Amino acid sequence: MAIDYFHKMGGTALHRPESIVFAMDHYAPPDNPATVRLQDTVRDFTAARGNVLYEIGAGIGHQLMAEHGHVAPGGLVLGADSHAVTYGALNAFAAGIGSSDMAAVMMTGKLWLKVPESIRLLLTGQLPQGVDAKDIALEIIDHLDADFTSYKTLEFSGNGVASLSLEQRMVLANMSAEAGAKAGIFAADGKTFDYLRHQTGKDIADTSVSADTDAHYAAEVAIDLSELSPRLALPPRNGAAAEVVALEDFQGRAVDMVYLGTCTGGRSSDYEKALAIIRRGGKKHPRVQLVVTPASDRVLSGLGATGLLNEFIQFGAVIMTPGCGACCGSCGGIPGDGKVVLSAANRNFTGRMGNAKADIYLASPQACAAAALTGEITDPRHFLAPQSEGGS
Amino acid sequence: MNTIAINGRARVLPDDINTDYIISSRRKRVTIDPDVLKQYLLEDFTAGFSDTVNDGDILVAGKNFGCGSAMEVAVTVVLASGIRCVLAKSFSRSYYRNAINNGLLPLICDTGGVAEGDTLSIGYHDGALCIENLTQGRMIPTPDLAPMIMAILQAGGLTAYLREHGDFPDLAHPSTG
Repeated sequence: MAIDYFHKMGGTALHRPESIVFAMDHYAPPDNPATVRLQDTVRDFTAARGNVLYEIGAGIGHQLMAEHGHVAPGGLVLGADSHAVTYGALNAFAAGIGSSDMAAVMMTGKLWLKVPESIRLLLTGQLPQGVDAKDIALEIIDHLDADFTSYKTLEFSGNGVASLSLEQRMVLANMSAEAGAKAGIFAADGKTFDYLRHQTGKDIADTSVSADTDAHYAAEVAIDLSELSPRLALPPRNGAAAEVVALEDFQGRAVDMVYLGTCTGGRSSDYEKALAIIRRGGKKHPRVQLVVTPASDRVLSGLGATGLLNEFIQFGAVIMTPGCGACCGSCGGIPGDGKVVLSAANRNFTGRMGNAKADIYLASPQACAAAALTGEITDPRHFLAPQSEGGS
Repeated sequence: MNTIAINGRARVLPDDINTDYIISSRRKRVTIDPDVLKQYLLEDFTAGFSDTVNDGDILVAGKNFGCGSAMEVAVTVVLASGIRCVLAKSFSRSYYRNAINNGLLPLICDTGGVAEGDTLSIGYHDGALCIENLTQGRMIPTPDLAPMIMAILQAGGLTAYLREHGDFPDLAHPSTG
């Protein structure tokens, strides 16, 4: 890991230790002594240098970076994880790097980077009911060839952006990694600063950056949000990349496990929207194991304070420690052979959740909630349609 | 300065080989030691793949090789298996960087015509980096590597580079990778 590389590089003191944050999120809690030893290495390293260390249970590093004000608009933020791109929602240029790159940053405060070209995503209109940021992200991935997107920045723009909450913008920035991009970035607006003020309790200086008016783009892609419908990412087959389809065309496929969590789908609004569907349906399908892994302790605490946590428990959900959980098979439950998972996560590589014989489908938290009710892939709009009549 | 010289057998892979295929996340629960993990190389893609790897083999992939995680072990496990070069139509950028930083040579080229088992030779001819398919008797063009990338590769990776320099003296080059 980065600390090993740091020592091997001859590093001793950290360059600007106050700007280096550690989070124990992937193996939270650890399930074997070797992992505990690795985590103790981090504890010893940070204790000796006075770094911020987020302990097991605090949550996913990417969420903590946003919640605790470690990301400033206009900043350059690097994370030793591919989903560090999430901070682009806060107007940072944020990229995922490996451990040796991170060690170099810790030691020198520098890194070699080439300025990437940008792809402009022009979002217009507003999302219909039952369609969420996850569906936009999957639609974008379907549009863009990873080969073309490689080492380019996705710039989210257009009048449709204003209607998206910061949590929705984080989903889009987060899944820039799945599109193959180097980063995904939003301009800062009133919502950006409201979010930061709400999370940190402080006014944040406006250090934001915006695109040049004469900027040149490698490509422009227009997406009308009002025309989107729920999307579904199918499990990869025979080594091919995952395919994105219209969820309504794949209804009826039996689902065994539903996963609500991760740095894509484990935030407060994700759970609120999932519960809005669950309340309409009432009872969990008996076959479905519903796993709830909040993105942070703050998200979990918020669910408790508003009573939503108890609703999930009464519904029959399994509540897991805030962190990366079962998303990448590093801790938490594992799906069985031949089982079908519908997940609010960002990635569904074969074996991703710890069993190569399980099939992982990806969709919005709303679609996940609908599947928890019916035990099959279900269009979440079915549970929202009669709203004007007061629901059922 | 240009010391790259690799001969090896082509191991052909398709597009979109992701980091979970290269080394499964479930194997990383217990250790991230590449010398242990190498027995699981590409196991979820082809069971028993590691048993068929010979020292010096060259991975020959399609588009988007190494997409997914930024975890460095997806590179170090390849090196521990005796593979010192990956050819691909394109790389995920985090994999490309991690490869350079650990001294695994990542070369972008049209891998379409390479067949499983072909003997490949990679080295410098007349000052330019060349890939030769000795089995088919043809050259495969590849762009030259940026000076910053060459400097790190020549040092043997980023660890050796920073041990030597303590900083990034080559960052003065305007066209870094």
